[in-house]
Amino acid sequence: MRLPVAGLSSRSLAWLIDAIIKGVVLTVGTTVLSILGYFGDALSFIGIFLGLWFYNVLFEVFNQGATPGKSAMGLRVMNANGTPVGWTGSMIRNLLRAVDTLPGCYALGCISVMLSKDFQRLGDLAANTIVVYAQNDAPDASLRNVQNEPVRVPLSPAEQQAVVSFGERAPRLNRERAEELATLMKPVFGEVDADRLRGHAAWIAGGEGKP
Amino acid sequence: MKQETFERHYTDRWDEFERWSEVLDGAREADVAMDERREIGREFPARYRQVCHHLSLARARHYSFGLQQRLNRLALEGHRHLYRARTPVLASILRFVGAGFPRAFRRHGRFVLFSALLFILPGAAMSIAMTLDPDLIYSLVDPAQVASMESMYDPANRSLGRERQSDTDFAMFGYYIANNVGIGFRMFAGGLLFGLGSMFFLGFNGLFLAAIATHLTAAGFSSTFWPFVSGHSAFELTAIVICGGAGLMMGMAGLAPGRKKRWHAIRDRARDALPLVYGGGGMLVLAAFVEAFWSSTTWPPVSFKYAVGGVLWVLTIVYFWLPGRHEP
Repeated sequence: MRLPVAGLSSRSLAWLIDAIIKGVVLTVGTTVLSILGYFGDALSFIGIFLGLWFYNVLFEVFNQGATPGKSAMGLRVMNANGTPVGWTGSMIRNLLRAVDTLPGCYALGCISVMLSKDFQRLGDLAANTIVVYAQNDAPDASLRNVQNEPVRVPLSPAEQQAVVSFGERAPRLNRERAEELATLMKPVFGEVDADRLRGHAAWIAGGEGKP
Repeated sequence: MKQETFERHYTDRWDEFERWSEVLDGAREADVAMDERREIGREFPARYRQVCHHLSLARARHYSFGLQQRLNRLALEGHRHLYRARTPVLASILRFVGAGFPRAFRRHGRFVLFSALLFILPGAAMSIAMTLDPDLIYSLVDPAQVASMESMYDPANRSLGRERQSDTDFAMFGYYIANNVGIGFRMFAGGLLFGLGSMFFLGFNGLFLAAIATHLTAAGFSSTFWPFVSGHSAFELTAIVICGGAGLMMGMAGLAPGRKKRWHAIRDRARDALPLVYGGGGMLVLAAFVEAFWSSTTWPPVSFKYAVGGVLWVLTIVYFWLPGRHEP
């Protein structure tokens, strides 16, 4: 199975969203709790402590590996073998966050993400966890209703696959981009536009009927 | 087989698998009958294997990436459900407190011992050095902080506003939790840097506490300082040393991974060390409770406070010595 691991930019944005959420909740929470006097202060301190150390753990364990920020960015934490992250993995990666932030601005973490194969920060390496895109499949358009366009030239399996993938994706692309991609196939098909190429795709993928 | 035929053939099964996955996620709680749930439980593994099979077929036959991606996602979903680890939380917490934690403490005793030495020895040296030159404290602690410590424990201030202060016990409880457990966690995390972080925190905290204690004793504040710290000292100091020991374990794995790859060794050690961090964190919460609600009281006679402190030390030692010696 292939796990699409997430890179630095989307993870940073997810972190930023989480930071804003935590900031707002804790600011509002501590302000409201301050009405309760010292007892409220106690709750505020405990809230800050939980926000700092357990916000990620609780969401990762109970929300299928995703904090609100990660959900918003379509990310999810998993064990490196693809199983859902549990208490142990989540605790380790989030306790060791303290090291990833050193010496400031997540410097060690960023370096580690850039150097490691699966974009893991130090906490991820020690916990054996990865951050992946939760799903990246806007359902592709079916080619079933597309007019078949027979292919007259021999195509390698890789070329066939590329053409079919194009055919499925084409409706999600804008017109110019689709035409631009289609022209890449000129050396193979000669003169070809996006619609014709989709026809070829339908013929390769389906092709039950006579061409 | 052409891709389209393949899809037409199996798309119902894939859709159904997708629905099952949602049911298992609890996304469709209401409208699923018990019978159907049972059927899902029975059929899920076989269907998962079929999806995996279809995925490898799709790859081998160079079907489109869109289809491959869909099947890949379905396989991942199935994997996620089948290999989900479920543990009863409360039972495992009780087992941990009753046996797991002291057992982990003894198993990794040499790291805890090493940690204790790193904590105590610099402090002892500081204490001895300060009897020769009391001003040494200012090389470590800035004068404003020393002054605030002095005012906190000055017996002359002690009687003032004591009743008002007891309201703050709750606030201090929260503060001690946030602060002390945070220190414990950082002490563990620092171990990742080949143990250097843990060593630094242990040494620094040892020096700091010894310097303050020596200074306040020399200033003649023994009657307030020692009764105050005696109550929570057993839990707090032991927990700090335990968290440091957990960090050292991880650091040692980084320095001397043995036959494993370095990150593998660190991974395994971090997992081994985690019970110590859980236990240490729990002890620090207990210590925060004692510190906020007992240590700060002034009504008990000093001898009674020392007695309680002593009892808690004995309890701590017994706790790490006895429970969980026999396999259940």
